[in-house]
Amino acid sequence: MASAPSKLYADDVSLVVVLLDTNPFFWSSSSLSFSQFLSHVLAFLNAILTLNQLNQVVVIATGYNSCDYVFDSSSDLNRSFENGRMPVMCSSLLQKLEEFLIKDEQLSKEEPEGKVKSSLFSGSLSMALCYIQRVFRSGALHPHPRILCLQGSPDGPEQYVAIMNAIFSAQRSSVPIDSCYLGSQNSAFLQQASYITGGVHHKPQNLDGLFQYLMTIFATDLHSRSFIHLPKPVGVDFRASCFCHKNTIDMGYICSVCLSIFCKHHKKCSTCGSVFGQAQSEAASASDKKRKTPET
Amino acid sequence: MANTHVTKRAKYKTTIKDPGTPGTLRMTFEKILFVPHNPKSAGKLDVEFRYIKGQKHTKEGSNKPPWLNLTNNQNGIFIFEFENYSDLQECRDFVGKVLAKGGEVSEKPTVAYPDEQLSAAEMELRIKLLQEDSELQKLHKQFVLSGVLTETEFWATRKKLLDREASKKTKQRLGFKSAMISDIKPSTDGRTNKVTFNLTPEVILQIFAEKPAVHRAFLSYVPNKMSERTFWTKYFRAEYLHSTKNSIAAAAEAAEDEELAVFLKQDDILASEARKKIRRVDPTLDMEADEGDDYTHLPDHGILREGSKEMTESQNELYKRSLSQDINRHAAVVLEGRAVDVELEDTKAVAEALAQSKQKSSNKGESDGDTSRERLDRLSRMTEIEDLQGPNTLPLAPLCIKDPRDYFDSQQANALRSSGDALGEIEQIKCGLSTQEVYGSLRESISSIKAMGLKEPIVKPEVAHQVFDALTNSISNTKYHIGKNPQESVLDRLPRKTKEELLHHWTSILELLKHFWASYPITTTYLYVKVNRLKDAMSNIYPQLEEIKGSVPSELRHQVSLLVRPMHQALDAAIQHYEASMQKRSAQSGERPNGYV
Repeated sequence: MASAPSKLYADDVSLVVVLLDTNPFFWSSSSLSFSQFLSHVLAFLNAILTLNQLNQVVVIATGYNSCDYVFDSSSDLNRSFENGRMPVMCSSLLQKLEEFLIKDEQLSKEEPEGKVKSSLFSGSLSMALCYIQRVFRSGALHPHPRILCLQGSPDGPEQYVAIMNAIFSAQRSSVPIDSCYLGSQNSAFLQQASYITGGVHHKPQNLDGLFQYLMTIFATDLHSRSFIHLPKPVGVDFRASCFCHKNTIDMGYICSVCLSIFCKHHKKCSTCGSVFGQAQSEAASASDKKRKTPET
Repeated sequence: MANTHVTKRAKYKTTIKDPGTPGTLRMTFEKILFVPHNPKSAGKLDVEFRYIKGQKHTKEGSNKPPWLNLTNNQNGIFIFEFENYSDLQECRDFVGKVLAKGGEVSEKPTVAYPDEQLSAAEMELRIKLLQEDSELQKLHKQFVLSGVLTETEFWATRKKLLDREASKKTKQRLGFKSAMISDIKPSTDGRTNKVTFNLTPEVILQIFAEKPAVHRAFLSYVPNKMSERTFWTKYFRAEYLHSTKNSIAAAAEAAEDEELAVFLKQDDILASEARKKIRRVDPTLDMEADEGDDYTHLPDHGILREGSKEMTESQNELYKRSLSQDINRHAAVVLEGRAVDVELEDTKAVAEALAQSKQKSSNKGESDGDTSRERLDRLSRMTEIEDLQGPNTLPLAPLCIKDPRDYFDSQQANALRSSGDALGEIEQIKCGLSTQEVYGSLRESISSIKAMGLKEPIVKPEVAHQVFDALTNSISNTKYHIGKNPQESVLDRLPRKTKEELLHHWTSILELLKHFWASYPITTTYLYVKVNRLKDAMSNIYPQLEEIKGSVPSELRHQVSLLVRPMHQALDAAIQHYEASMQKRSAQSGERPNGYV
């Protein structure tokens, strides 16, 4: 897309990368049906595009086995699916979403029972960050990017490290991560992501009014956030999870070489392989006791 | 700091000429009080120590009376004359203590710890660190001076800071000057026939380094045969003779005076050293160097000049010295660097130190057998023709990168167990559905929305209104309570003094906890005593925290209690652990009757 002449470029041009949770296991058990959810979201995306002529929207589907881009408002490849019942943008998004789901199903393999059915949030987060990096390098004039996560699936503890890495790199590049959690529990990952990167996290009480939540809270561009008040969480759950069982713990053992956290005394650190010596009276031992406290 | 006050008889003078008013001087930590014996005289003085800037006093050995002179901020002076010097000493120490306590670092711990010998440099480093970092100084004052932690323990965790300070000091040794200061030109007095040479310790060191024959002569002659003064006189006589370039006279004098001859002859030590150096030249570097190249000790570099008269001057050859020789020798010495690092004042010490270092370096080079073998080794290696060699594969250590899947897979297996209960409900709902079914239902939703278009209306007006209301309410409430920015800290809204106190409490609690947890498991009585001390200090913090809560206005009290809560929890956990371990100990030593610990 040709860059607009600079006098048209205002402060509030934004690029919103939406991470859409398409985990079928979650949606089959959610109180909000997927089609209703899609209506809210599609209307919201349309609204963002009307806020400013130069706004851009990118949608990445977070599937169960894979992630993929399903929509890019700046691309000219929106095939004309003149549907009459909905704008072109929506129909092309839906088409791509369907194709993505078919591919995702084909990738599924036999899973052991009882596994946490979490979506590949870390993957889509990384894809979003890569896209944003490309936008950063596209020239001096670019919209201000932010990431919006619409997640309902529970946190997958095996993705902890990858998600934290992605969060820190978003913080480094000053990309706020907004998150809207649609599930029943609380998502510690999303809370931490929004807190660390300076985004806003919200868990809607009333899912029927999702569109209203999205418009009130998440449609604000970054420049306006300096004077528009958005809801703040009362506290963030910062407790770490131990590396052996993934329980959140308050007090534990820490390897002094790689800082991995364990809830029980181990002979050897499982991450870096360093051997823990016996605790001496004055010589520093390899594992120290440390206390972590919740914020609230 | 045993005395909290000092009382002495003294006379108070406002100026030096003033005869002084006799009276009693009493000094406490806060102020100086002087009351004259005669209540009617006007010399009463009451000054707070805050205003005292500095002190001066008369020296004990001098003939002056014992006076102590205190200056205050406005440059006024107070002079006290004491009866004797010991009184003066006491008062001086006291004033010194108070002044040091006032704004600067608290004085060095005067108690000698039996288990630690501190060097002066170490003490200096610590004091410097304390001066630079006021936070550290506060902690130090709080814990070390009140006896909760010992100096050793306090600094044990801060070794990195100390090391950084120490490494800031440069450890380079100064080299020699490149100017030839050993080539001293005398100053001549026009009127008499005397010439005066100036000799400084630096020059002496250079002379010894450049002229090993002189060095050897010094070691052997002084103080047995002649005094140092005589030695240097002879040396400079030789220098003078050289400078006149009168080799015949030089030869004549050398014949008479044996010691002088040493200075006038060529330096034979240099010659032998040069020869040794030639022998050690690596033939792979310089194939042409051989013994014939040893010329630096020869006058004129051994180059025969045209028209030089050989025969007649052969006996006087020995007594000539050329400028190029001197310059080359000086350059060689400067490049070698300073071999000794001794205080330059004592010539004899310098000479001996230099001799020792030479001995060491010659011993190193001495083991000729080894060095020549080494050289032959190197020779053979350097003259290899690489093309004709076989392949030289060294044994490689195989690269071992841990498979990251190991880590992630093992976490998953653990995660299964743990997250099972949290999501029990969801599991129940899903147990009937298979993968196909769920994907199918999702695709169905998409087709339905494609067929029917977006939901109409997207959101019902009442619902929207409700949501909007609720949001606005909650936003305004939280803004009132917590502040706009999620990352803005509650601390910033507290009064500054409270904030500082809270932060200070945090750092001191962390310090105590660090030492506390590091002492477990308790294996020696020292640790046992230390843990008890730390526990007492920790229990003292609770009332202090309560005080802070009480001092804050009521609307902020809740915030402060939220901030204080983690401190409480940390302390509680520590004290709980302490009590549990105490119980275990008393249970282990079971013979003791109830009630005794």
